[in-house]
Amino acid sequence: MASNFSIKHQPGFTTIAATCFVVLYLPIVVLVIYAFNAATSTSEWGGFSLKWFQSAYQNTQVIDATLRSFQIGSIAAVLSTIFATMAALATTRTASYPGLTFKYAAINQPLMVPEIVTGVALLIFFSRIKIFTGYSGIGYLVAAHTAFCIPFAYLPIRARLENMDLTLERAAADLYATPWKTFRRITLPLLWPGILAGLMLAFVISLDDVVITEFVKSGGQDTLPTYMLGQIRRGITPEINAISTAFLLLSVAIVTLFFFVSRKRD
Amino acid sequence: MATAEEVAKAAERRDVRDRWLLSAPALLVILLAATGPLLIVLVYSFLTPGAYGDVKWQFSSDAWTSVFLERDIFDDTLSLAAAHVTIFWRSIKLAIVTTLATLALGFPTAYFMATRSEKTRDLWLFLITIPFWTNLLIRTFAVLQIIRNEGIINTILLKLGIISAPIQILYTDTAILIGMAYVYLPLMVLPIYASMEKLDFRLVEAGYDLYATRFKVLRKIIFPLVKPGVIAGSILVFIPALGAYVTPSVLGGGKNMMLSNLIELQFGQGRNWPLGSALSITVMIIVMVALLAYVRNAGKSGVRHG
Repeated sequence: MASNFSIKHQPGFTTIAATCFVVLYLPIVVLVIYAFNAATSTSEWGGFSLKWFQSAYQNTQVIDATLRSFQIGSIAAVLSTIFATMAALATTRTASYPGLTFKYAAINQPLMVPEIVTGVALLIFFSRIKIFTGYSGIGYLVAAHTAFCIPFAYLPIRARLENMDLTLERAAADLYATPWKTFRRITLPLLWPGILAGLMLAFVISLDDVVITEFVKSGGQDTLPTYMLGQIRRGITPEINAISTAFLLLSVAIVTLFFFVSRKRD
Repeated sequence: MATAEEVAKAAERRDVRDRWLLSAPALLVILLAATGPLLIVLVYSFLTPGAYGDVKWQFSSDAWTSVFLERDIFDDTLSLAAAHVTIFWRSIKLAIVTTLATLALGFPTAYFMATRSEKTRDLWLFLITIPFWTNLLIRTFAVLQIIRNEGIINTILLKLGIISAPIQILYTDTAILIGMAYVYLPLMVLPIYASMEKLDFRLVEAGYDLYATRFKVLRKIIFPLVKPGVIAGSILVFIPALGAYVTPSVLGGGKNMMLSNLIELQFGQGRNWPLGSALSITVMIIVMVALLAYVRNAGKSGVRHG
């Protein structure tokens, strides 16, 4: 009898967990199914069709917004990952020094403020700069995205660095390697999985942003999420389902990649 | 000749300087495009609204007065701004209820995940990570399709004859609550899971050896040990829930304003940037109070269990 007693069991927990997983996925599954709906209404099932994907593909606004999302996302991801890598090198594997706590706080600051507040702050700040410089291009969005992607890129890079001891770097220095050479030949290859994970995280975070983009963008600078928000507010068509499905596919691909990269033990 | 001590000191100074140089770009970008502008918001909250948006550079504390009070247009008396108080209260209430709901659902889920075998644990973690990485707007949109009058819930209930007319969930506070609990659930599960994974089940076993009931073990052993994860998860849910913009805009349908919609309104049709700024700062103050409470709590429960 006693052998049947499981110390890990808690009544009802498995049921709640199972419900959570089902509930988390059910709406997404329904959304994907209706992307293949031939009917124009989003409530009736009119047979299988790819026409909404086709119509999204032929919608120049959608393509435009998608390209802009990718453009901003890739620039912001690369920049924030480079900056985050440098910052991680500067804030790990050291005894505490003056300003270290300040750096932690500063780097994580964007995480502590609700997006709406950051959005408003940037709206005010950039509208001033726009008046002064007359420039109203995509640079503002890139700057904003880079800033809020830094703490996300920083997370996996810092985690990776903290698990690397300095032995190899010291050995390289003993063998007269210059600091740059040590970095390129020892630190960088070891850190690479962390950097890659940070890059992907930053890209997804940038791609997903609605609030800050909504406040910072000038006219005609919709990204895919802000375009979709505008459409959803106006009324829903299965085209939104089709766009969402494509977007989902991309996210799942990236997260799968991230999972393998960050879980890889060496 | 420099002594060895001086050389070491110089090297240390150089190291600190290099570390500042290395972190400069990240700090600069954040200062310019995240932290710095927050100070401008503070300045703007003390200025006078311009006629077509923006501000006039003229000091005024009106914005701050009108965060919670409103001035009677006839006799200039101040009274509580009922509309603002309602919106503040609704936002805080919904954020708290969302946090509690995700905790009630997320804690057992994290426990379930952490008690799986080493191999399957990664799979469960993967399953909870996918929604976390999926666009929040898309997930909100998915919820909208489920709960609207023509959605799957109402359709099934109607077909089964349980209800005769669709239940209006969409565009209510309940819809916002369901949506927020849905989108923020992974943010609660992940930190609790991280704490739970490190849980030493020998302590649980010891509890049972001493004739504790399941509930007592949960309350006296498991919960205190994973408390840091619970607190982290609660903060991670509470902050975005309080400032939530997407979920109320999509599921609340404009009638049920939350703080973020009220702030947005001041920068749009309201044309009252100082008030919008003052409201934003107020939201930040609420968040900071919550964070301080968190830091103090985390400090207390830190190294008690050796």
